[in-house]
Amino acid sequence: MTLLSLPAVVAASGGIDETINDAIAPVATFISGIIFYSVTFGEPDTASYVEIPVIVVWLIVAATFFTVYLGFQNVRGFKHAIDLVRGKYSDPQDAGEVSHFQALTTAVSGTVGLGNIAGVAVAVSLGGPGATFWMILAGLLGMSTKMAECTLGVKYRRERPDGSVSGGPMYYLRDGMAEIGHKKLGKVLAIFFAICCIGGSLGGGNMFQANQATAQIVNITGGEDGPLAPWRFVIGLVFAIAVGAVIIGGVKSIAKTTEKIVPFMAVLYVAGCLAVIFTNFTAVPDAIGQIFVGAFNPEGVAGGIVGVIIQGFRRAAFSNEAGVGSSAIAHSAVKTKEPATEGFVSLLEPFIDTVVICTMTSLAIVITGTWADTDSAPGVETTSAAFETVAPWFPVLLGVAVVLFAFSTMISWSYYGMKATGYLFNDSAKAEFVFKIVFCVFTVFGASLTLGPVIDFSDSMIFAMSLANITGLYFLARVIKKEIFQYRAKVKSGEFAVVEK
Amino acid sequence: MSSLIVGVDRSSSSRRAVAFAARLAAESGATLVVVHVIPWSPYSFTTPAENEHRSASKASEVAAAQQQIIDPAVAVTDEYSVTPTTSVIHGSPAEKLCSLAAGLENAHIVVGRTGDSKLKQVLFGSTPSKLIQIATTPVTVIP
Repeated sequence: MTLLSLPAVVAASGGIDETINDAIAPVATFISGIIFYSVTFGEPDTASYVEIPVIVVWLIVAATFFTVYLGFQNVRGFKHAIDLVRGKYSDPQDAGEVSHFQALTTAVSGTVGLGNIAGVAVAVSLGGPGATFWMILAGLLGMSTKMAECTLGVKYRRERPDGSVSGGPMYYLRDGMAEIGHKKLGKVLAIFFAICCIGGSLGGGNMFQANQATAQIVNITGGEDGPLAPWRFVIGLVFAIAVGAVIIGGVKSIAKTTEKIVPFMAVLYVAGCLAVIFTNFTAVPDAIGQIFVGAFNPEGVAGGIVGVIIQGFRRAAFSNEAGVGSSAIAHSAVKTKEPATEGFVSLLEPFIDTVVICTMTSLAIVITGTWADTDSAPGVETTSAAFETVAPWFPVLLGVAVVLFAFSTMISWSYYGMKATGYLFNDSAKAEFVFKIVFCVFTVFGASLTLGPVIDFSDSMIFAMSLANITGLYFLARVIKKEIFQYRAKVKSGEFAVVEK
Repeated sequence: MSSLIVGVDRSSSSRRAVAFAARLAAESGATLVVVHVIPWSPYSFTTPAENEHRSASKASEVAAAQQQIIDPAVAVTDEYSVTPTTSVIHGSPAEKLCSLAAGLENAHIVVGRTGDSKLKQVLFGSTPSKLIQIATTPVTVIP
């Protein structure tokens, strides 16, 4: 492309953005309408009117059920989980294999994405500060669902002749359900899960990430009047090329670098939020007050207390993906003889994601009051405004964090989508290749769309995965409980003991 | 009976270390263990695709080390009347050599002086200098 043709491209790119938007939005709205079927109470346009999306109830009921059914392992097993990650129980013979730490961090880098920055901002903007309280609660409960799915992920994983290991809901739904005499239902659930996983990978794992990363890039370069505003399509293209280089071109160095930077980025992000909190230190007691008062007695929030709960729960579920089944795919590569060990380790994932990182975001935007600002769309810009209270250049730091979080989440989710494609097409390399191409195309779509349709589509696809996954978890609940309790007994009796090194 | 553990890599000084240890073992009747430690940490960050193939990668790393490092090292011992046992393990080289030594009776560790690149030595310290700091058994470093 020559420089002479640039003005023409500028003119056209606005057109392309709109065309993509117009084409995708109706489909996205239709799909999310089905997944987010809501039960409504009260008269519309009155204070008592509330919409309860059935799917959010579905996730929270499951999380509560497994918390009670597994005997509050999310609290009681916390220390044991940390000991496992520290390698206290690791067999020295397994050195060189995938450690618990590696399985956990791989899963976390897929989970910690823009849900933690933008999703939380949406929850607090719509549900008020009180949404934070419910988000944390949902995070704590979600630890149990995560434990259930990751235990199964390891138990029913497949080891291929070439030594590679694949696991995840598709395998435990098919093989686990067959074991308890529900072969047909298991097969159907596994296929349904795999299809939704492909959708979720393209939606929340890709379009949402590209969308919000692009929004932050545009935001820090001058916003809607800035030079990059009409170029969202091009930013998306750059993302797509970078993702394509890794997943199609096999440029491992990019993926490796990102995976290595992201954990530090997460620490830097938390430090950034703490800087925001300390800069506005005097507002801390008031903010904490707002969170507790808002949780039980919200003012001006649609649907009142139920409305707040729904916002908090919904964003927590989208952020930590407990019940969705996605990260069971990442966790199941661990080297262990006891599937329950990874169940315990996976408890830490929603804790890091929701209870630590999401809470940080939330405190930053509640303390600075940017959540109540109606000038900008709720999303990453709300968090960015909170960061700006520290120093004018601070949103740039956020921008770097956002781009890296988005990129690593996209790499992880492209892997989940690829495994689901592989499951549906018998590990056909051709099918996996087609998926990778489609994935990159959707990156461009995500960057070009406005937030509404993207967030709806990504939510709906990710939540749809939980329909199959949680159904399977209920059927296999006894298997999970047996696995975890037998393991706990082995730890207690010393059969599975700390390894002296 | 005492044991000589010789830690090897591709360097020429580690060949000399093997020759030294083999001679000592032949003279004293000690057992000789030739070890290569593949640097690895359970706390490194990996991608899901890497994890999927990790077991297979480990096996091929061990096979490559056996062929390219251990076998030539064992060939050095042919001149001496000693039959070494060999092993390839993953982990931190200095720590693994020490824990191996701790598990044997009257162990003595022998390593070559150079091995790692200069940059690595500056950043992380060399294996011999780390060994000297943490070993609970005698350590001989061969120039």
